[in-house]
Amino acid sequence: MARYLTSVGMEVHAELLTRSKMFCRCEVGFGGEPNTRVCPVCLGLPGALPVPNRVAIEMVLRTALALNCQIAYDSVFHRKNYFYPDLPKGFQVSQYGETNPLGYYGTLDIPAADGGTKTVRIRRVHLEEDTGKLMHLPGGGSGVDYNRAGVPLMEIVTDFPPDITTPDEARDYLQQLRLVLLYLGVCDGKMEQGSMRCEPNISIRPEGSETYGTKTELKNLNSFRSVQMGVEYETERQSQVIESGGRVVQETRGWNESTQSSFAMRTKESEQDYRYFPCPDLVPMHFEEASIERLRATIPELPLAKQRRYQGEFGLSEYDAGVLVGDQSWAGFFEEAVGQGGDPKAVCNWMNGDLLRLLNETGQVALAGGQAVAHGHGTPATVSKVTPAHIVDLVRLVGSGQINSKTAKTLLDDAFSSGDMPSRLVEAKGLTQISDDGFIKETVAQVIAENPGPVEQYKSGKQGVIGFLVGQVMKSSQGRANPTMVQDEMRRQLGE
Amino acid sequence: MSISLDEVRHVARLARLDLDESELMAFQGELNQLLGHFGDIQGVDVSGVAPKPHAVALQNVWAEDEPRFGLTREQALRNAANSRAGLFIVPTIIEE
Ligand SMILES: [Zn+2]
Repeated sequence: MARYLTSVGMEVHAELLTRSKMFCRCEVGFGGEPNTRVCPVCLGLPGALPVPNRVAIEMVLRTALALNCQIAYDSVFHRKNYFYPDLPKGFQVSQYGETNPLGYYGTLDIPAADGGTKTVRIRRVHLEEDTGKLMHLPGGGSGVDYNRAGVPLMEIVTDFPPDITTPDEARDYLQQLRLVLLYLGVCDGKMEQGSMRCEPNISIRPEGSETYGTKTELKNLNSFRSVQMGVEYETERQSQVIESGGRVVQETRGWNESTQSSFAMRTKESEQDYRYFPCPDLVPMHFEEASIERLRATIPELPLAKQRRYQGEFGLSEYDAGVLVGDQSWAGFFEEAVGQGGDPKAVCNWMNGDLLRLLNETGQVALAGGQAVAHGHGTPATVSKVTPAHIVDLVRLVGSGQINSKTAKTLLDDAFSSGDMPSRLVEAKGLTQISDDGFIKETVAQVIAENPGPVEQYKSGKQGVIGFLVGQVMKSSQGRANPTMVQDEMRRQLGE
Repeated sequence: MSISLDEVRHVARLARLDLDESELMAFQGELNQLLGHFGDIQGVDVSGVAPKPHAVALQNVWAEDEPRFGLTREQALRNAANSRAGLFIVPTIIEE
């Protein structure tokens, strides 16, 4: 069988986190009773005049800047005409053209297998409006809910020829893009709720061929995993079609999560004849360089750059740095702890280990000073009592040998529920590590006397038994004995 | 500049207009008359005039992001030909 190369173009739609819709001031929200967030504008009633949402425009410009795009200093909205009940006007307001979208010709870096980065070129970043939701009703007919119609929607499309060539890269691209949008605070990135939707188009060609194959577009992908699986499946399906002498048909295919396979969909418009033209109801946009530069100044350090910096500056592993930057407030927590003098590696270990476990168990979020709970259209989480200062305190206590790591774990549990500083808990409970030579000698001798069997095993060559004996000393000291000293003393006494 | 009968048929289909042959011919005539006016406009010398995306000399008309209540659901559905359970009802859409 010939080897095939895969090419993946990515089209991502992201609902913007504005409070009101794109061209009317109806509230934006998730769920709720159908048709309760509608007005003459988003219902397309005659005579209604749309007015664009300034914040939505700024969100798209900031995204375009974060993705290193050229900015369209002069830009207009177009009408994309089609008849379908999810859009009551008979057209969708969108942005057409090579250099008219608010952002064009940009890039997004994704992690490369060698630990570096790979650059994916972005074709355009434009602003449009979301459609209503159709539901099929039992007993015939379809019901339409226009609560979502007119919600600001940003479309981000990769360039051609595609830079993405594997299912993993498709997933990584989406993950990085989602993180960038979250860092910018422009989208809540909830794929399962559809606030971020991804439609990859996939084609294959025989190795050595310069001509790109016919592409199929995949829909209904609502997780990173399904994007990866979908691209994998389509690659395989297309190569089987070609191997069996067939031809790949250009079509839209749906992803079936339960069968892990794609199926041909009936598309809404057989003729893709959208007859775009500038929307006469909306006047042109013009941006001054100074205002664009003001927006540029609000772009934070992007997640992948941050991750690579943590690896280089603090010697963290790619995985650990990835967990830290995987949530902007988590990275902020880490940076504040390091800023307060906490050892970066130790802070990272406590955060990504025990603290993360406690947060997951309780559904809380940990925040650094001045941070707010990430806004979205869902219910806000409870803020943990543990602050960066708690972690720094804990790391210092362990680092200076005042407590051992076992005691530290218990202290973190305690601080998590009480909010008390670990050092205060140490004082109050008398938990300081015991490094007293006499105490350790005595306890070790006692454990040796009480465990003749294991001692015999050790002396006959079973070195591993020492772990058990050290454990007994830790137990009888309620975990407070200095473990290194106990280990040394145990070896010394057993060697005698 | 003129429009063929096939083009009229195509545009009518996109607009979901079910036109018979005589109607198609009538629209072809009207559309061609309209295009004739554009032909006149195209005769105007516009060298030295920059293209404009809009006839009105306005730009950057936009609103602050502050939600305001629009219509009640009852008001929204009042003109619907068919509604049920708070939804607009349309003929069955076959997709997926
Ligand atoms: Zn509205």
